[in-house]
Amino acid sequence: MAAKLASRYPDSPTIEGAAATAAAPPQKRKRRSHSRAEQRAGTAFAVPGIVLLLVFVIGPAVVSLVLAFTNARLISPTPPEFIGLENFRRAFSEDATFHRSLFNTLLFACIVVPLQGGLGLVLALLVNQKLAGRNFFRTVFFLPVITSMVVVSLLWRFLYQEDGLVNSALSMLTGGAWAGQAWLANPSTALGAIVVMSVWQGVGFHMIIWLAGLQTIPEEVYEAGALDGTTPWQRFWHLTLPLLKPTFVFVLITITIAAMSLFVQVNIMTGGGPVGSTSTIVLQIVQKGFQQQQMGYGAALSLIFFCIVLTLALVQRRLTRDKDS
Amino acid sequence: MNAATAARRGWAYVPMTVLAAFFLFPIVFMVAASLKTDHQIFADMNSLRAFLPVGDLSLANYAAVFDRVPFWRFLGNTLFVTFMVTAFGLIVNSMCGYALARMRWKGRGLVFGLIITTLILPFDTTIVPMVYLVANLPWIGFDGLTPVLEFGWLNSYRVQIIPFIVNAFSIFLFAQYFKSLPKGLEEAAAIDGAGWLRTYWRIIVPLSKPVFATVAILTVVTSPATWNAYLWPLMTVQSEELRPVMVGVQYFFQLDTAWGEVMAYITMITVPMVIVFLVFQRAFIQSIASAGMKD
Repeated sequence: MAAKLASRYPDSPTIEGAAATAAAPPQKRKRRSHSRAEQRAGTAFAVPGIVLLLVFVIGPAVVSLVLAFTNARLISPTPPEFIGLENFRRAFSEDATFHRSLFNTLLFACIVVPLQGGLGLVLALLVNQKLAGRNFFRTVFFLPVITSMVVVSLLWRFLYQEDGLVNSALSMLTGGAWAGQAWLANPSTALGAIVVMSVWQGVGFHMIIWLAGLQTIPEEVYEAGALDGTTPWQRFWHLTLPLLKPTFVFVLITITIAAMSLFVQVNIMTGGGPVGSTSTIVLQIVQKGFQQQQMGYGAALSLIFFCIVLTLALVQRRLTRDKDS
Repeated sequence: MNAATAARRGWAYVPMTVLAAFFLFPIVFMVAASLKTDHQIFADMNSLRAFLPVGDLSLANYAAVFDRVPFWRFLGNTLFVTFMVTAFGLIVNSMCGYALARMRWKGRGLVFGLIITTLILPFDTTIVPMVYLVANLPWIGFDGLTPVLEFGWLNSYRVQIIPFIVNAFSIFLFAQYFKSLPKGLEEAAAIDGAGWLRTYWRIIVPLSKPVFATVAILTVVTSPATWNAYLWPLMTVQSEELRPVMVGVQYFFQLDTAWGEVMAYITMITVPMVIVFLVFQRAFIQSIASAGMKD
């Protein structure tokens, strides 16, 4: 999105300006003073946003970049010292919890991105049909998005208990054969359980995005396809999917960033346990940087995290763009 | 429509109903359980009664919530912070987007590049240095009528509001929309003698209601500082009278959790938003759809 827009962007006002100048040549002097006023007004309009952006978005990023090379603590009597790459050495060669968190986060993203993106598309296709009551289904599928992740996490923590609803439902469906287990207390099921509830909460958002994409495809495209004697599946594969490409890129990148930032669910449901099986990068950033007050180390982890997310976003962008040409 | 198509359409209801049950069951369970005693909740767990308001029902859990947390205070804080972040966000981001989209000034290209770069910067990556930063920021307080320079924003409303007013994505959405407005609006207004601010306020804003609605809704639903604010206030606000509703869930984490009370509390902090959603459903759906169409 970034590069494309940046390159597309600066042209139009110039053209606009040129047209305005061409339309009013006799007022040349007045025009110039108007421009100076425009310069002043433009800056004044943008300044509050720029200042806030510099202080609260760029500022923390720069602070993070500096702190990452120090042993700064949140509250400390001694000033921070420059320690070079020590924090990064510690993160990559000593901190087993961080390695585990890195692995868990990537694993979570690898499962959630196709699952949530794919299910979102399925839901969008279902509610895009001309069926009575489709608005009702749309609302129902979207309802969890309106429910805060904090609420959803607490609710599912209860559902996942050994004597919780998930087990009793499975037991009912299997006619009592299901023995039941505490999903979040078992290292081999805890992350999977978090995957399911995360998709449950977030998929409605992407259903709407897909739906908007589907509705931009004109009906005639399908009619032409049907006339050529194609099957519905062929039409989906060769017409719908290629036309959904821009939507696909947006869905891919937004789910990836959200999945990589996994935190609230884990913080409320498991605290990273059992035995580190659900610990994530952001959880580590918060635990090390805030709870254990190792600000410098937390900043280093943030920097690593940022580099990973940026790389993923750029790689996805590149890959999806190459397919185009 | 022939019979075969009708039958095929009919079959579509099967997966849709199964999926609807999957999306609804936790929410229905939450509301039903909030009305029951803990004993009743667990007794009903093995049957469909878990989803029905049946048995020994009461509002005791709701009463207990009011004993445990200052609910109205929390709700008031959340509403206040949400309103301030959204209202100031609309003003600041729309003016910035307007300057970027329709005015010529030095440094515009640079600022636009900066905004695009921060679009992919997840808030979580900078949360720790952000705490460090706000803990040391200056503020002018008042001791009676004498202004006093203080340092540190922790434990305040401002720490929950000011850092979240600016939003790169909002600026971007505004800029895109303003660019789509007809050219020459400003020239026409200038002939009538209107200044930039007046033009913006009297002509541009009334023409741009849809984008204001979109940004307001996206702010309320997706910002980490509005209705869903949790991690940030958890880290920066210690005093109970300034905390928002989501942080209130912390008060229910106990050794022996009273699940009925938990269900009552999370129902109470979910229902207002669901009602707002149901009332403004069309606007909600359109906002999110338009967020995805900006590539």
